[in-house]
Amino acid sequence: MSKEELKAYLELTFPTCKFENSIDFPLLIVEKESFFAIAKQLKEEPATNFDFLFCQTAVDYISHFEVVYHLTSTQYRHDLVVKVMLEDRENPVTESVYPLWKAAELYENEIFDLFGITFLNHPNLRRIMLGKDWPGYPLRKDYSDDFILTPQS
Amino acid sequence: MEAPNQLIPVEDAPGEFVINVGPQHPSTHGVLHLRIKLDGEQILDIEPHLGYIHRGIEKMSESLGYKQFIYLTSRMDYLSAHMNNQACSLIVEKGLQLEIPERAKVIRLLMIELQRLASHQLWWGSAGLDMGAVSPFFFAFREREQILEIFEETCGTRLTMNYITPGGVMNDLHPSFVKTVKALIKQFKVNIHEYDKLLTGNIIFQKRTQDVGVLSKELAISLGATGPVGRASGISCDVRKLHPYDGYEKLDFKEIVMHKGDSYTRYLVRIEEMKQSMHIIDQLIDNIPEGDFRVKTKAVIRLPEGEYYQRVETARGELGVYIVSDGNKSPYRIKYRTPNFSNLGVLQYIAKGSKIGDLVAIMATLDLIIPDIDR
Amino acid sequence: MLSGLMSPGLVVVSEALIVGLSMIMLVVLMAVAMIYMERKVAGFMQLRLGPMRVGFWGSMQAFADVLKLLLKECLTPNGADKLLFSLAPFIVLVVSFLALAPFSFAPGLQMWDLNIGVLYVSAVSSIGVIGILMAGWSSNNKYSLLGAMRSGAQIVSYELSAGLSIIAIVIMCGSLSIHDIILSQGDGWWIFKGHLPAMFAFVVFVIASTAELNRAPFDLAEAEQELTAGFHTEYSGMQFAMFFLAEYTNMFIVSMIGATVFLGGWMPFHVYGFEAFNNIMDYIPSVIWFFGKTFFILFLIMWFRWTFPRMRIDQLLKLEWKYLLPLSIINIVIAAFITIMGWHF
Repeated sequence: MSKEELKAYLELTFPTCKFENSIDFPLLIVEKESFFAIAKQLKEEPATNFDFLFCQTAVDYISHFEVVYHLTSTQYRHDLVVKVMLEDRENPVTESVYPLWKAAELYENEIFDLFGITFLNHPNLRRIMLGKDWPGYPLRKDYSDDFILTPQS
Repeated sequence: MEAPNQLIPVEDAPGEFVINVGPQHPSTHGVLHLRIKLDGEQILDIEPHLGYIHRGIEKMSESLGYKQFIYLTSRMDYLSAHMNNQACSLIVEKGLQLEIPERAKVIRLLMIELQRLASHQLWWGSAGLDMGAVSPFFFAFREREQILEIFEETCGTRLTMNYITPGGVMNDLHPSFVKTVKALIKQFKVNIHEYDKLLTGNIIFQKRTQDVGVLSKELAISLGATGPVGRASGISCDVRKLHPYDGYEKLDFKEIVMHKGDSYTRYLVRIEEMKQSMHIIDQLIDNIPEGDFRVKTKAVIRLPEGEYYQRVETARGELGVYIVSDGNKSPYRIKYRTPNFSNLGVLQYIAKGSKIGDLVAIMATLDLIIPDIDR
Repeated sequence: MLSGLMSPGLVVVSEALIVGLSMIMLVVLMAVAMIYMERKVAGFMQLRLGPMRVGFWGSMQAFADVLKLLLKECLTPNGADKLLFSLAPFIVLVVSFLALAPFSFAPGLQMWDLNIGVLYVSAVSSIGVIGILMAGWSSNNKYSLLGAMRSGAQIVSYELSAGLSIIAIVIMCGSLSIHDIILSQGDGWWIFKGHLPAMFAFVVFVIASTAELNRAPFDLAEAEQELTAGFHTEYSGMQFAMFFLAEYTNMFIVSMIGATVFLGGWMPFHVYGFEAFNNIMDYIPSVIWFFGKTFFILFLIMWFRWTFPRMRIDQLLKLEWKYLLPLSIINIVIAAFITIMGWHF
């Protein structure tokens, strides 16, 4: 389906979700609670068949986090971006999509490591790059690495 | 809340033990630390530990300008340096809606395909070396040296070129570029048959790589494997064909897709890709259009607000650059979707159940570059 | 001459000493020459020149390496079994030298003409496995042990095929004594006289010997790209030099056996009945013939190393037990049949 057709189809199927403008791909904003069900439907529905998760990342907009999923379909060759907003900065939690796309295992480990967002139902959530005793989460906007420059005595 | 930090538990059932491969090890191509649970010779589980060469490129780019952050990208997958630079240049040009001259596009493509050849040659040499055949390494570097010298003449450096920039390319081609490239391709076409006989047709090599590390198509799609790894398992994922850029739509070349998914197939896919690259260079080298090699851009670039995504095909798979811009001089968030990161995920699934000796064959044909994984 | 100077007992001892020492010197010089040859052959096969700086065209490189090894410190790892650790290199080296005794370099130039010469060589070189296992076990290193066990398994398996291939020629010749085997090739080398079984036996012999030497493509036990680094990981300095020397001596011995049994030893290339040609061939000294053939087989073994990738341990053992051994046994039966029927030349 082309970008417009896809957008029309998704507006019909998921009336509760919002759309945003974007140059490249249709962009779907989804509530945290309904995200996993929607993701599952996006993958298993024969008309959309988003079976390839090619990028998953997180962005820190100072008031909230957003976890961004880039999906594509190897059958129809259409792409989609799905975003989930996480309001809670102290304790950001969302569901892992590992049961749907195994690629998520490493992506979510990286997000947990660098942002501190916890994923439920992940097979092996760990700090994959920085090591388990690194203080803070570097890619957050309020991260300060002064402790390296001025070590605590 | 701290999620439990699980490593493979070290309790030993009789016969099982956990060993570390790396981070310094001759056959992991870079600093990769794998913790492997073994039962005698058989691998039960693999857990990769990354971060030994994590430089924080994404965080650093948040404080650099749009013309500066490209310099960091050559150092991610340094064997596909031109492709990395091209991805960043294309995304900036997309944001500014800049049209680059034809000559620049053709020069970019030539450099890209030469880089692909050089990268596959290094892979071929080290695949032979990992399997124990020492001589292919020297033969592979014979061609790679010549390609690197071509790069040095035009781009100024051999490895981290920073030649492809937003607006076109940095300098014009060296006057002897066309002649040197033609001579190289002519000799390479003869040599590649020699290489086929040396390693591809060698029965010891075949026995060590056939039916080793089989990756099925469903698993490859679920794991997000792209590049030769994905194409060897039957996924048609060549970005040059699916989302063409910079003139690839006008060229005639085949996408190499095979279906068996074992190490030998991944090897064959790359050899065929080398031949296709030579075919592309043949089409371009005689028809380089005259004109400018770049357009002028402003000194300080500000991308309009919004999100952008650009894909290119590096030697190892699909590189994606995702920029979130808030209109300032630096990107608000930049994420590199690197092919090696997803291909590393494949390792855990295909190496379970094989022997330690097979792990080397699998790593050799997965062709991972660790700085690309860690960024 | 010496009996004029001293008592008979002392004469025997001093003769043995002189002959033994000169043999050892010869072998050590050969080992040094082989190290140089290996590096040059490797270089030329890889489109480069090999050592060039030390001495004329790099000829003193091997001496420099030996000097470096001699001056290095011999470390014994913590917790290693000290006696076995020190003993292992000696055993391996002594066994290699012992196996040199029956070989004949030229008519009359033979240290000890045993009537079971070939069997003696085969038997004595098998003792070397003990040294290897000792080295691996006493190193107190998981990976050394693993490497030693793999090496041991490989050597013991491939000895069978190597032995059986030599027996094919022994059957055709009718004697185990090296002198007799060489003399019987006066009218043509066994590889030509024995046609099919002999050529097959030669191929099997070269393959099996390369495996016995733990050289590529069968060098999984000491490959750097694998996890284990072989039984001689923990050795350094003089002890490592001894292992190294023993490996090259073994290579030399294996080439000498091949040259003697299959290619005629010091016998020039004669064609049965073609007397004029034979007389011309006799002008070239026998020593040159002998060393020429030995270096030819050495070159083959070195050629393999730089051409083939290495095999996995299970593929290696499968090759021996499922293919080489049954085929060698069939080969012997055919050779015996041919001998009885007189169908060889």
